[in-house]
Amino acid sequence: MENLESSIRDIARKLLSDKKVDLIIGYEQGTLPLRTTPCFVDKVEDVQKLVWNASCDANLSKYLVDRKEKVGVVAKGCDARSIAVCIVEKQIPRENVVIIGVPCLGVIDRKKVEAKLGGKEVLESIVEGEQIRVKGEGFEFVLPKKDFLCDSCLTCRHRNPPIYDVFVGEKVPETPEVNEFAEVSDLESKSVEERWAHFKEELSKCIRCYACRNVCPLCYCKMCFVDQTMPAWFGKTNDLSDTMIYHIVRAFHVAGRCVDCGACSRACPMDINLRELVKKTEKIMKERYDYESGLSLEEVPPLGEFKMDDSQEFIK
Amino acid sequence: MKTAEKEWNPKILAFLCNWCSYAGADLAGISRMQYPPNIRVVRVPCSGRINPYFIIKALQRGWDGVLVSGCHPGDCHYISGNLVARRRFAVLKDLLEYLGIEPGRVNFSWVSAAEGEKFANVVKDVVEKVQALGPAERLVKR
Repeated sequence: MENLESSIRDIARKLLSDKKVDLIIGYEQGTLPLRTTPCFVDKVEDVQKLVWNASCDANLSKYLVDRKEKVGVVAKGCDARSIAVCIVEKQIPRENVVIIGVPCLGVIDRKKVEAKLGGKEVLESIVEGEQIRVKGEGFEFVLPKKDFLCDSCLTCRHRNPPIYDVFVGEKVPETPEVNEFAEVSDLESKSVEERWAHFKEELSKCIRCYACRNVCPLCYCKMCFVDQTMPAWFGKTNDLSDTMIYHIVRAFHVAGRCVDCGACSRACPMDINLRELVKKTEKIMKERYDYESGLSLEEVPPLGEFKMDDSQEFIK
Repeated sequence: MKTAEKEWNPKILAFLCNWCSYAGADLAGISRMQYPPNIRVVRVPCSGRINPYFIIKALQRGWDGVLVSGCHPGDCHYISGNLVARRRFAVLKDLLEYLGIEPGRVNFSWVSAAEGEKFANVVKDVVEKVQALGPAERLVKR
């Protein structure tokens, strides 16, 4: 990790001093333990602020859309994939972005750490290799990192950025044996009634804060469907019907585009497992159209094209 | 006089494309074919015009079932509208069923202008299916 951090700084310094980019977007240490915050570096002397550790969870591709200057961006596997989707959708000009690809072994889910500590406040944290050392008032724990990774990292199959301009460090082994759709298949094996009961319970927690939309790297619409008032297509209450429809349509909008970076689930203040829903759209795309998003800059998104022999067993 | 208890009959919203399915329904009509009177038709220019949200909104408004019908693949008046729509409908159908909306609430078919009989049969089928499911509850906004 130390190595990667200093390499990121070296690369950032070189890109800035060679005038290849006007700005580097990376992570800096946050003010709270286990937190990093996005960092915008435009001066060579500031590159020391950049860090790299297992708390670098934000998907920085969110900051690239609508930028005029040339930007170098630190990207994990999932971040690079969402940048690729934005490039394919012509939201980011390819020549305006330098992707600094970083291999990633997963980021820490703070909610899991907090749950483990049962309300005790963490005042200091150090990630040492495979362990997280957390300290607070009158306690100190050493937690195994692998038990506290984000759910999206546990099923990650693209730890190395598939698309990059500069690669930092060595590639890490991929994990093709992981069944990323285990959770979805589990739900699918249940009856319709059970599934409805499950989603009803899960989504009735929603308070319509739209954090999931705001954090999503692919939700870049200038006017979101739920914000539209003339005409007001969508109910804005937190009535279950309105909430469900919001989530169905949101899932539909990211169908064939979502790269499962897990940002929506991490951002949710009510702890709704939003990945359950969008992961299904990924599975549909995989099964029906053999498509995985964000792996290439040439492929056309599946809902933007068609084949004569597409599956149509559901049409009479 | 005792009034007979009002029997529940499903209400089904049908989106029919102007060039094939609407004409197919017309043919069923002028050929005097009998089919259940439970559908209300919305004529759309093409199945590609149908925003998946139309279907979801119909369910929210309390329609017991939805039927979407367009030209057969390859016969679209606009060359490929129904082919693009087919992918969207596939995703929508899978997603709704995954969420726990009963299979059978949302139905799709290809009916050409010459298939009056097929249209009548499709409607019969859909009405039967929805009748078996009972009134829509899920997603309905009260």
